[in-house]
Amino acid sequence: MVAESRAGETRVAGTPATVARLLKLGYEVSVESGAGARSAFADEAFAEAGAAVVTGDEAWSADVVLKVTPPTTAEIDRLNDQATLVSLIAPATSPELLEALSARPLTVLAMDAVPRISRAQSMDVLSSMANIAGYRAVVEAAHEFGRFFTGQVTAAGKVPPAKVLVAGAGVAGLAAIGAASSLGAIVRATDPRPEVADQVKSIGGEYLAVDVEVEKSTDGYAKATSEEYDRRAAEIYSEQAADVDIVVTTALIPGRQAPRLLTEADVASMKPGSVIVDMAAAQGGNVAGSVAGEKVVTENGVTILGYTDLAGRLPTQASQLYGQNLVNLLTLLTPGKDGQLVLDHSDVVQRGVTVVHDGDVLWPPPPVQVSAAPAPTAEMPAVQEKPEPRPGLTQRGKYLLIAAGIAALFLVNAYAPPPLPEHFFVLTLSVVIGYYVIGKVHHALHTPLMSVTNAISGIIVVGALLQIGVGDGADNAWAIRLLAFVAVLLASINIFGGFAVTRRMLGMFSKDTVAKG
Amino acid sequence: MTAQSIATAAYIVAALLFILSLAGLSKHETARSGVAYGIAGMTIALVATIVLAVEDAETVGVVLLVGAIAIGAGIGIWRAREVEMTGMPELIALLHSFVGMAAVLVGWNGYLEHPVYPLESLERIHSAEVFVGVFIGAVTFTGSIVAYLKLSARITSSPLVLPGKNYLNIGALVLFFVLTVVFVASPNIWLLILVTALALALGWHLVASIGGGDMPVVVSMLNSYSGWAAAAAGFLLSNNLLIVTGALVGSSGAYLSYIMCQAMNRSFLSVIAGGFGIEAPAGEATDYGEHREVDAEGVAELLKDASSVVITPGYGMAVAQAQYPVADLTRRLRERGVDVRFGIHPVAGRLPGHMNVLLAEAKVPYDIVLEMDEVNDDLADTDVVLVIGANDTVNPAAAEDPTSPIAGMPVLRVWEAANVVVFKRSMAAGYAGVQNPLFFRENSQMLFGDAKDRVEDILRAL
Repeated sequence: MVAESRAGETRVAGTPATVARLLKLGYEVSVESGAGARSAFADEAFAEAGAAVVTGDEAWSADVVLKVTPPTTAEIDRLNDQATLVSLIAPATSPELLEALSARPLTVLAMDAVPRISRAQSMDVLSSMANIAGYRAVVEAAHEFGRFFTGQVTAAGKVPPAKVLVAGAGVAGLAAIGAASSLGAIVRATDPRPEVADQVKSIGGEYLAVDVEVEKSTDGYAKATSEEYDRRAAEIYSEQAADVDIVVTTALIPGRQAPRLLTEADVASMKPGSVIVDMAAAQGGNVAGSVAGEKVVTENGVTILGYTDLAGRLPTQASQLYGQNLVNLLTLLTPGKDGQLVLDHSDVVQRGVTVVHDGDVLWPPPPVQVSAAPAPTAEMPAVQEKPEPRPGLTQRGKYLLIAAGIAALFLVNAYAPPPLPEHFFVLTLSVVIGYYVIGKVHHALHTPLMSVTNAISGIIVVGALLQIGVGDGADNAWAIRLLAFVAVLLASINIFGGFAVTRRMLGMFSKDTVAKG
Repeated sequence: MTAQSIATAAYIVAALLFILSLAGLSKHETARSGVAYGIAGMTIALVATIVLAVEDAETVGVVLLVGAIAIGAGIGIWRAREVEMTGMPELIALLHSFVGMAAVLVGWNGYLEHPVYPLESLERIHSAEVFVGVFIGAVTFTGSIVAYLKLSARITSSPLVLPGKNYLNIGALVLFFVLTVVFVASPNIWLLILVTALALALGWHLVASIGGGDMPVVVSMLNSYSGWAAAAAGFLLSNNLLIVTGALVGSSGAYLSYIMCQAMNRSFLSVIAGGFGIEAPAGEATDYGEHREVDAEGVAELLKDASSVVITPGYGMAVAQAQYPVADLTRRLRERGVDVRFGIHPVAGRLPGHMNVLLAEAKVPYDIVLEMDEVNDDLADTDVVLVIGANDTVNPAAAEDPTSPIAGMPVLRVWEAANVVVFKRSMAAGYAGVQNPLFFRENSQMLFGDAKDRVEDILRAL
């Protein structure tokens, strides 16, 4: 684990906690002296966790070098042959770096090339860094913003809440929405992927839909959008710019220039004192007038922050998450837990991160189909189709059946001799009552319901009781008594057993006594 | 005021109390008073009947009566005390069979007693009632016995497949109808024996050809039959209390069967006509890829970091008797402030509400045990779902693959959660014989072995 050389880089590729995890995987860990200083991890803390604190040259000569930012040419030279370097590489945008790396017999794993599948989420640095950056973007904005985020009614008067617009509801956007809404601001969010609307709502934002047909994202990233869509979206941004106090833009399209969301006119229409954080400043910026790495104040008093090191501004947190991502990746690469790094290129995750292997450039990896949105593939053309409901009776058939039933009842009652119609009357009413009463029974009580109905169906004992008392004069008196005896016995088991077991069961149902939350 | 009129009044009160009893069961809070109403109703009915019976009975009858009730009460209470909650389905099936048998005996007695009727038409109706009562009772009896044997694993729970089994069932019904007509025309003890035998065979065959996983439907269906058997006896004896009670029980069982069938997206007839296993052996060839294994420590890690956990138990939990360690796990996690809930599929287990009773036995508070519909929408926001001994009820194929044999069956959408841990003995398919793509999802992990042992391992690791 080496110290970072790039100016302004505050992160480190591990923490004492991740060192301990690496040791468990069978690795020997050495940390360059002072590597964690800017993330508030002292050399002693690393030593305590079991790492050897060494000089820069020793650290660079390790078999596996863990790092945050892409290496410089000088740093590449410091690596041993056959060494493995794990760091952010940005393989898509830095072909020269790949070339320089492949000049040596090295293996290079790019943490920013982890495929976006759920299994690899635990190693996805882009997500964990974006999360931090999104949070920090709001904190930076709050720092520049001259008012409260939350609305208040004070003795000195009423303060309206700040209005925040977050453009792009990816990981960074969602983190920003969450941070802003927990500060008490009114948060609105836009995103070309309509499927994120629920996520936005779930963390307290309001989703502004662009009502134009868009295709679903199949790889989990936002795509470039259609012309009509762009026009409508631009209108929304213009409307919002004039209204909100804070804008955080996070719109990035992998491997391309960042889309321009706010024009100069939009920025000019904003209220003085408003703050814009352009998280895409490094990729050209979402906002007209933003400068990568700088704070710009426009003529009308709008502050545009183009910081590119937002994640690094929370160095301890960022190092922690980055280190954890590294550990998760190394766990996957060290199946034997013996400190031996093994690459299996048939695994999409391992194939994806490996950008250089023994001097061969392996970028880009074969495309990975992602399950972020259910893919409308050819084998399953009918995914959306709900299975047909069971072909029931047609409406007419139902009426006919009801009519036939009523007619049958009518005929039976009209022609049957005296006691029978009464019995049917009682039966029918009881069935209806039963249906309504049972329909209300709580699902959890279905078993007790069954045992109670079991017990009360033992009421058949009444019949047997009347029969057991048959007079001696009757034919077959003893046969009747015997049968009735058995019937009474069986029915009694039912009655007593049924009620007893129901009581026992209900005695066990207990309400939550632990106070909630 | 004669004894007869007092008895009639008592019967009305008893019938009302029975209705109140069932109504009381609609909520946990009132359930216990519901049972109290039921017991009160039964006591009133019994006392009234005994008074009526003893009034003009021979001494020997009274002795028999008291003896029978005492023995029956003894056996009943003893069984109720002893029974394991995992053995509830067996007990309930057995109790159904008693009602069935009692109905058969009452029917036979109805024939033997030969009351003299003033009208010939009444005589005929009496004969028909005897026949119907005996038939329903006998079907209930053998059906419940077979269900009992299957549930207690004394016989194999796989469906029996006789050639043309549906024709056999229909044939038996037609034969019953013909015999009834003959019997009404000329009552004859041999016909009664014949119809009893026929009904016994039908009941046996009906349930034998239904597989173990459909038992919730079968048990509620038999519950319903036992009610109708009592109602038929009520017609026979001209006793309104029997009719009312029988109808209540009958409609309760029918309603439960209906709920169960809905939960499987199948019609009642298709359950009766045969199990899943026969319909759909196909669809196993699909390769879903690799599944991932996890160990108990890994699951413990997951649970430590989770803020919400949903546990979806199935019959496997009952088999492994894992409800106690699961309840322990729940308690431990809740002490850590984790939001633990249970999601119960309507057909989980072998009896409607079976899982609820098991969890209640292990002292899991009932207000965190939720129904499928209550929990389904929250699953997407859940960190970890533990699937313990369930399979078909959490199968994404039901929702996503229209060609699947279980397509359209409402299932717990556990796959929407961030992590799913499936406790399972092996990779074998579930009751429906359908492979479960859930096991191969990227967010699911398999924990193999006996559910009870594994949950205990997790507890240790925590």
